[in-house]
Amino acid sequence: MEIPENVRKRLSIPADEHFYAGHTACQGCGASLGLRYVLKAYGKKTIFAIPACCSTIIAGPWPYSALDANLFHTAFETTGAVIGGIEAALKAKGYKVKGEDGIMVVGWAGDGGTADIGLQALSGFLERGHDAVYIMYDNEAYMNTGIQRSSSTPYGAWTTNTPGGKMHFLEKRNKKKVIDIVIAHEVPYAATASIAYPEDFIRKLKKAQKIPGPSFIQLFAPCPTGWRSPTDKSIELARLAVQTAYFPLFEYENGKYKINMPSTKKEPKPIEEFLKYQGRFKYMTKEDIERLQEWVNREWEKLKKLAEVFG
Amino acid sequence: MEYKPIRKVVSGNYAAAYAVKHARVEVVAAYPITPQTSIIEKIAEFLANGEVENLEYVPVESEHSAMAACIGASAAGARVFTATSAQGLALMHEMLHWASGARLPVVMVDVNRAMAPPWSVWDDQTDSLAQRDTGWMQFYAENNQEVYDGVLMAFKVAETVNLPAMVVESAFILSHTYDVVEMIPQELVDEFLPPRKPLYTLTDFDNPIAVGALGTPADYYEFRYKIQKAMEKAKEVIRDVGKEFGEKFGRDYSQMIELYRTEDADFVFMGMGSLMGTVKQAVDVLREEGYKVGAAKVRWFRPFPKEELYELAKNVEGIAVLDRNYSFGMEGILFTEAKGALYNTKAKPLMKNYIVGLGGRDFTVSDVRKIAENMKAIIEKGELDVEVDWYHLKR
Ligand SMILES: Cc1ncc(C[n+]2csc(CCOP(=O)(O)OP(=O)(O)O)c2C)c(N)n1
Ligand code: SF4
Repeated sequence: MEIPENVRKRLSIPADEHFYAGHTACQGCGASLGLRYVLKAYGKKTIFAIPACCSTIIAGPWPYSALDANLFHTAFETTGAVIGGIEAALKAKGYKVKGEDGIMVVGWAGDGGTADIGLQALSGFLERGHDAVYIMYDNEAYMNTGIQRSSSTPYGAWTTNTPGGKMHFLEKRNKKKVIDIVIAHEVPYAATASIAYPEDFIRKLKKAQKIPGPSFIQLFAPCPTGWRSPTDKSIELARLAVQTAYFPLFEYENGKYKINMPSTKKEPKPIEEFLKYQGRFKYMTKEDIERLQEWVNREWEKLKKLAEVFG
Repeated sequence: MEYKPIRKVVSGNYAAAYAVKHARVEVVAAYPITPQTSIIEKIAEFLANGEVENLEYVPVESEHSAMAACIGASAAGARVFTATSAQGLALMHEMLHWASGARLPVVMVDVNRAMAPPWSVWDDQTDSLAQRDTGWMQFYAENNQEVYDGVLMAFKVAETVNLPAMVVESAFILSHTYDVVEMIPQELVDEFLPPRKPLYTLTDFDNPIAVGALGTPADYYEFRYKIQKAMEKAKEVIRDVGKEFGEKFGRDYSQMIELYRTEDADFVFMGMGSLMGTVKQAVDVLREEGYKVGAAKVRWFRPFPKEELYELAKNVEGIAVLDRNYSFGMEGILFTEAKGALYNTKAKPLMKNYIVGLGGRDFTVSDVRKIAENMKAIIEKGELDVEVDWYHLKR
């Protein structure tokens, strides 16, 4: 559909579509929205590397692709290494990489493929300083294989291998802070983002494009299938994750922290707000919820301190 | 330009590094493991000295990532190289499938080293042969010269048929032993091996592609068939490239199985890699002693040269297959392959398997003599004593 120029000018996010209808994501899938925004930000001069995850399926089977950009499907744990290799080849061949008019090399991987099995390759990618962007879409479990826990699954969550039950066998440790591990590499740019705040996400993508070196964005992307949530609540849940400070939005740029909350003045909403609508949290006891709240508070205070001291 | 070789005294590893330089490789992924390390060190040195241009050196954090970086770079259109050994190759295993499945002509040197435990850094072919079914071509070098030549030819063959190739040399026996290697002047290498023309690249943004997507049962099968077709084509390409190499540089590689004094041989020793140097020397000695023996060196294990093996088998009474490797629960791997290849043919020489040199155990001319005595006896008797002989066992 052609968008009239006067409307185009008023749009806060690019009108161009490079993510085709007919992809095979579930209804209400946050990850598919994320992909769409990345393509809006970077356009077709993009090379994606996607490891085994839901997005392999979302992009479509051979000979199809829902992405109007080049795409290399790769092994689960290799995103960091593959985008490093692609970038190296482009450089050897004399292409401009990153920057306003350069080729964008984008790793697009789930939390399992990033926080667990792919952590080593991510670390190698960050530490070697490739000019590429790594986006971890965080749906907080291994969805493609049927909702198993990852180290990014939060305390108290049901998954198929933390199924609740008589023994209260739920996830018993806190969500791994992958972004902190990334920042420990002293990367030029790292940020969190949410599909509920597309302008903010696109702004961060554009920033990542401009800043030389490796960039990392952790994108909060609800999964109605795995979260046992209504398909029309994904955006609301993503927004509540931010508003409860469960998943705060912030940027780390060359040693400086900046919180990008819709309203930094307001006290975060209680965590229960985020837990509602989600079947995966229904086995939590009152104590479990308190424990999760404590973790949220602690991490939120820590982030605020960091922004204060290194702002 | 007339070909005048440049003679250098180098280790097998340096021979590999020089070949990488002369092939104008664009991306090298580097991860150390003994005894491979001096290959990637030498390449780094070339870079540091400004002796190579347009080379991106990616010091990865593991072999798995080394091969992943290679596939990414190769998919983006570059000529890429890496090298490894044993545990490193095993760690790469998954990605080896990725390279062949995505039809990427990555070239790698594997320095044959025994698998742990017990830890060993010495020669043994089990690491590379365990990758038999990954869709990689495999060239086994007998000496440093063949390492150098093998890498150059591997690029040409790989980029013609769009399959990855492994050049295999033995730990220490080649990797760290110095020998004279005749190198080819850069201009002539450039003629022999022009820049890569990729089958596809990720840099055409007007016609974007998706590589490696899900293959449903409706299509997966055909993808596999095409790899087999490419392997079959590779045999022709290997023979042609080997012949061209011979015509241009005087060393003919048109035979996938190199035959040595086999014309009138009663029986032959068959094997791969550096141990065949010893065998050829032994053949000369044994011939003096009246044995009618020859050597058959399998240069390319994948694709497997069935046809050449058949021609050989028709004319001999016995084949002693020397395996510096073992497939547990069965026998030496080359032995299985060779027997299998001949099963539906009319050639029925007596075939016996000698397991030799595992984990770097010395294998000498006098070992070959003992094997010759044994082969002679069983051929006279017309039957095997044992099929698989753990030849060095301390009994
Ligand atoms: C080496 C390896 N181990 C396991 C798998 C199976 N596998 C495929 S996708 C997947 C889960 C992906 O989870 P995540 O990265 O969180 O992405 P999501 O599916 O949630 O989008 C797993 C375990 C695999 N493909 N490769
Ligand atoms: S399972 Fe979840 S992440 Fe995967 S496609 Fe469905 S909604 Fe998206």
